[in-house]
Amino acid sequence: MSTETVRLQATRRFGRVLAPRELWRYRDLAFQIAARDVTVRYRQTALGAAWAILQPVGFMVVFSLFFGRVAGVSSDGLPYALFSLAALVAWTYFANVLLLGSESLVANASLVAKIYFPRIFMPAGVLAAGLLDLGISLVILFAIVLIYGLVPTAAVLMLPVLILIMLAAALGVTAGLSAVNVRYRDVRYVIPFAIQMWLFATPVAYPSSLIAEPWRTLSAINPMVGVVEGFRWATLGSGDAPWALIGVSAASALVLLVAGLAYFDRVERSFADFI
Amino acid sequence: MSDVAIETRELGKSYRLGVGRRGYGTLRESLVETAKGSLGRIAGRRRETPDGDILWALRDLSLTIEPGEVVGLIGHNGAGKSTLLKILSRIVEPTEGWADVTGRTGALLEVGTGFHPELTGRENIFLNGAILGMRRAEIRRRFDEIVEFAEIARFLDTPVKRYSSGMSVRLAFAVAAHLEPEILLVDEVLAVGDAAFQRKSLGKMNEVAEAGRTVIFVSHNLAILQALCQRGVLLERGQAVIDAPVTEAIDGYLRTLERAAGGDLLERTDRDSRAYDESLIARVEVSDAEGGLTDTVVAGRTARIVVEVTEVLPMMECRLTILNTLGHPVATLDSEVNAPVDARDPTLGPRIECEIASLPLLPGRYRIDALIKGKRQIQDGLQAVCFFDVEPGVVADRPTPISGADGDVVLPHLWRLP
Repeated sequence: MSTETVRLQATRRFGRVLAPRELWRYRDLAFQIAARDVTVRYRQTALGAAWAILQPVGFMVVFSLFFGRVAGVSSDGLPYALFSLAALVAWTYFANVLLLGSESLVANASLVAKIYFPRIFMPAGVLAAGLLDLGISLVILFAIVLIYGLVPTAAVLMLPVLILIMLAAALGVTAGLSAVNVRYRDVRYVIPFAIQMWLFATPVAYPSSLIAEPWRTLSAINPMVGVVEGFRWATLGSGDAPWALIGVSAASALVLLVAGLAYFDRVERSFADFI
Repeated sequence: MSDVAIETRELGKSYRLGVGRRGYGTLRESLVETAKGSLGRIAGRRRETPDGDILWALRDLSLTIEPGEVVGLIGHNGAGKSTLLKILSRIVEPTEGWADVTGRTGALLEVGTGFHPELTGRENIFLNGAILGMRRAEIRRRFDEIVEFAEIARFLDTPVKRYSSGMSVRLAFAVAAHLEPEILLVDEVLAVGDAAFQRKSLGKMNEVAEAGRTVIFVSHNLAILQALCQRGVLLERGQAVIDAPVTEAIDGYLRTLERAAGGDLLERTDRDSRAYDESLIARVEVSDAEGGLTDTVVAGRTARIVVEVTEVLPMMECRLTILNTLGHPVATLDSEVNAPVDARDPTLGPRIECEIASLPLLPGRYRIDALIKGKRQIQDGLQAVCFFDVEPGVVADRPTPISGADGDVVLPHLWRLP
């Protein structure tokens, strides 16, 4: 049993959110919270985990009809359905994490007000729980890719890196938004709207090749640009590797992560006072 | 192990009052505030922080608690008891000073926090255990004990949302009671479940206290505090005014209650937080209607309680609770529970009267907590508005026992003996 002394006092420096010792000490709780989010997510739903794939597939059908057929949006020479599904798998994860993650602290207000634990577990738990859905939809995506007669190339090995970039961006943004939400419930109303806008700013329904350079590379400041184009390249094995986009997006995701966590760290100590 | 479990020095916690409804304002308010602030700075004015807007929930508290001590925190509502527990359990950060805590800490601030209704009893045990800081292996080791204590074995795999409230409370307490921290912080959680379960819970707490753990305990039930604690700390307006053996602290608390009851009630600040304050309790007096005595009543004779209020409102109602010296409620008198003998009298003026025909209380000292309603809202609530003594007397033709009687109440009764 540890008998170390913890000094509780007003903290003015950063370093609460990323104290590795604290996170390690509460690792069981992190696991339990993620497990709870997974178990609860589809309990008492008729279709269960099928929802993980129904969402992106539904969007794929709608996009294929309206953008692919009616509007005739280019899909870089790929079947439009595949072209959009590869992007939607990543996007659905990101959008869901944003939606649930930004509410995570407020939804668990009683816990935050009554129990001590590293608060970052709440948004981070949403990210972790979502990974199961992401896994399921990736499996389905690859099945459809094979049905279309495409064979993934070695580029598929980049997939974990792309997922990491997406996780970094998602954690940064949800940590920041969930913390703001504790004080200003305005976040609740902004999020659904912001997610829609973000979807249009991301080449999910259209290829980023529609944008002229240098604006195309610059647009990758939106980290989902690099992730989505990277997902297409890695899962469909088509076209040239979008290294420039991935590079810019990775850098931007890192900035978001640091900024989000720094803000979270700064306001974490007052959560219980405001929630 | 260090020779001190908890040490605090000049510990303080302040809250800002009135910043956008309990500080939970909208973004717009905050932006406007920020803009005003910077405009002020540009204009060369310093940002004002009037001291009146800051409430010190706890201030200048220096305590040293040794391992194995069982300490009771005593005080009025808002005296800082819960704030201290929240700081020690790391939920909130102190504003000034510091606290050193040595050893694993478990906090029981509210039973059942973190229960998820969709999860089964089994899943909730693991989740709740983790929330309270237990390791997974530890929960697994004590799993059977927890289930047995909670008496829910049959419903282990049923979602908690289908539990009766009694069942979920039992389960929650069972998980918490099997926590094995070196320091345990407990806030008023023993008042859950039915009487049998409460006894069981109290027994468990006793066990914990006797096992040499450090326990800090908050309760309004002075009898429980007296039974469990050795040391008592009396908090008043965020400061420790008495730190002594528990009986002394309790006596001190009772004296502050009497002082509060003896002073001008309108000056009191520890009023019910739900109250509307359109009419306030100004004075409460107990008298022996037959003997003309004030603050003293003879058992078995008519007692009259008069509550003077500042304003007569439509639909006035009143609830009085009579408590014994240890803070244990003896009886509740509630005008909302109508009887044909009740009457509304417009000529009465700003006062409410309650008459007890034959006072069935044992000789001793009692206090009254009062709550008034008007316009269907709680208008004011105050604890310890009045103290009174009951003198020995005759209840239903039988003299009150001289000594050795347990309890607080005299029941009219008769015997048949062989």
